[in-house]
Amino acid sequence: MIQMQLPVNTAVVSAPAEAALLSVRGLHVWFELRRWGFGHAGYVRAVDDVSFDLRQGEAVAIVGESGCGKSSLMRAILGLHRPTRGEVVFRGQTVSAFNARDLRAYRAQVGFVQQDPFGALPPFMTVARILEEPLLINGVKDPAERAARVRKALEEVKLSPVGDFLPKFPHMLSGGQQQRVVIARAMILEPRLIVADEPVSMLDASVRVEILRLLRGLQETHNLAVIYITHDLSTVRYFAERIFVMYAGRLIEKAGVDDLLQTPRHPYTHALLAATSDPDAHNATVFKEVPPGEPPSLVKPPPGCRFHPRCAQAIAGRCDEHVPPEFAPQPGHAVACWLHEGPDAPA
Amino acid sequence: MQDTALLRIEDLKLHFRTAQGTVRAVDGVNFQMGFREAVVVLGESGCGKSSLAKAVLRLLPRNVQTYSGRVFLDGADVMRLAEAEFRQNVRWVRMSLVPQAAMTSLNPVLKVGDQVAEPMMAHYNVGKKDALGQARKMFQHVGVPADFLERYAFELSGGMRQRVAIAMSLVTSPALILLDEPTSALDVLTQANIMNVLKRVKQQMETSFILITHDIATSSELADRVAVMYAGQIVEVSDAPRFFAEPLHPYSRKLMASVPRLRSTQAPEFIAGRPPSLSDLPGGCRFAPRCPHRFAKCDQDPPVVEQAGRQVKCWLHA
Repeated sequence: MIQMQLPVNTAVVSAPAEAALLSVRGLHVWFELRRWGFGHAGYVRAVDDVSFDLRQGEAVAIVGESGCGKSSLMRAILGLHRPTRGEVVFRGQTVSAFNARDLRAYRAQVGFVQQDPFGALPPFMTVARILEEPLLINGVKDPAERAARVRKALEEVKLSPVGDFLPKFPHMLSGGQQQRVVIARAMILEPRLIVADEPVSMLDASVRVEILRLLRGLQETHNLAVIYITHDLSTVRYFAERIFVMYAGRLIEKAGVDDLLQTPRHPYTHALLAATSDPDAHNATVFKEVPPGEPPSLVKPPPGCRFHPRCAQAIAGRCDEHVPPEFAPQPGHAVACWLHEGPDAPA
Repeated sequence: MQDTALLRIEDLKLHFRTAQGTVRAVDGVNFQMGFREAVVVLGESGCGKSSLAKAVLRLLPRNVQTYSGRVFLDGADVMRLAEAEFRQNVRWVRMSLVPQAAMTSLNPVLKVGDQVAEPMMAHYNVGKKDALGQARKMFQHVGVPADFLERYAFELSGGMRQRVAIAMSLVTSPALILLDEPTSALDVLTQANIMNVLKRVKQQMETSFILITHDIATSSELADRVAVMYAGQIVEVSDAPRFFAEPLHPYSRKLMASVPRLRSTQAPEFIAGRPPSLSDLPGGCRFAPRCPHRFAKCDQDPPVVEQAGRQVKCWLHA
């Protein structure tokens, strides 16, 4: 019976592969565990069969809890981890096949915005030097051109007057200003893709919105593709067109933002949404519904659907034995959950 | 006069001596709260909210320049007590703390059960066996399996460690627990779990809470009342229903408008400008440089205005 079900092609969800800027295909990132330094002791399956396409100019959010593998996925996309299986394809070329020079050219096209701005900036370099570094590495030889591009990058992230910021060291800046410098550094080589790893989680609420708007503005003016990695669903709406929900190494639901927030399909997505509060005094009068237990070990993930031990709607003999393929309850919405198999699945 | 408040703070000041000059982290805070009440102290980083907790619990660093004012706990002025007496009879007996980063505040070489039992042995002269029995009871309250008593902190997940820290604050049945950012480093589901634990503790035990946080959405999970802190001072105190529906102080309003919401399409807005440095505070209203409603009077220090049971430190309401 199971084999009769044709898994939905991911092409339904995303643009056709040839139009994709970035294409992640069957990506596995496993880390080997060793006993006594040489004996094999299994794998940490941080990313386990992840596929998606990203078009130029498109912003997606990858939402998941800590330890779900979202950082490993991000590092594989940045070319920092070699995939165990599967591939990351950027503009038709496989990232893991790049040699050192290709990789440098690739990284010039992919900007990275780190989570902790202070940790991401070298403490002994001035802002001017920090921003000049990528230009030097990528062979921009004319000092006047470098200086002009540094100024332009600072203007773009709205650190003005630019002259005031150039000679400053990171510790002299506020958290929001530091994050702007990190964004300027990611933007200075005019990348096509920005990967932002929890770019606002270390910042105060009032600054968060400012930084998200800045990123959104840059994305629109430069037609950038953006991968926004976060655990906070409430900020996603203002930033991304699509959301991918990640659980225990897999993308379990992919949909447009409004679609996912209004009609979440996967029980885990439901749980995430229910656990996210809006400020409302009524919250204090009710208990939240939270699925029992904790995310599974990525060394020995549960068989079948990885969420089934915590899922109230798990179907015995199905969810605990067979890995759910992606079903499409509606066009553009993919969900890896047996509840959505077939036409009469619950909405 | 009989004091009906559990905690009453009068003109509390805590200033630090630093290379940049005097940092006025807590600068004239007045505040009171009742029994079995949960008060949220809201503020952005650097507003002095963690220092307020330190001042109340008298956990002072060495570079204190000024520490003054009065703190009444259940009618008794605990500021006047000698340090030894405060430690023996107040801290962790009448009030305790769940520190920020409970992840790292647990002792890595002690079993968590022993750590939770320790306050009982230190303050109540209880034998280890009874203290561990009490710890086991607390684990039940916060939803930690009893066999975790034998584990070490590194063997627990973030959520479990936070529960252990809460159990440790509860073990002596204090009247008041201060929680400093108890959920800010946790995942959404874990956060929801911890807030459930706190709600249950609030229902089942005669405990009051001061929850210090910058996370407005999560704070609404527990708050009976909300106090908003800005630049070392409390600028608004209000009951939670009215606060979340309609905050009074311009800063509170801006803060509420900055929260991204899941269930509304209203776009969040940011607050222009930066909070002032606590070592270089502006005269008059400290929010005035960022306030859209600023007028001539704001150059003078605003009074605290009482308005139908709410307090707001703002000339607009005077």
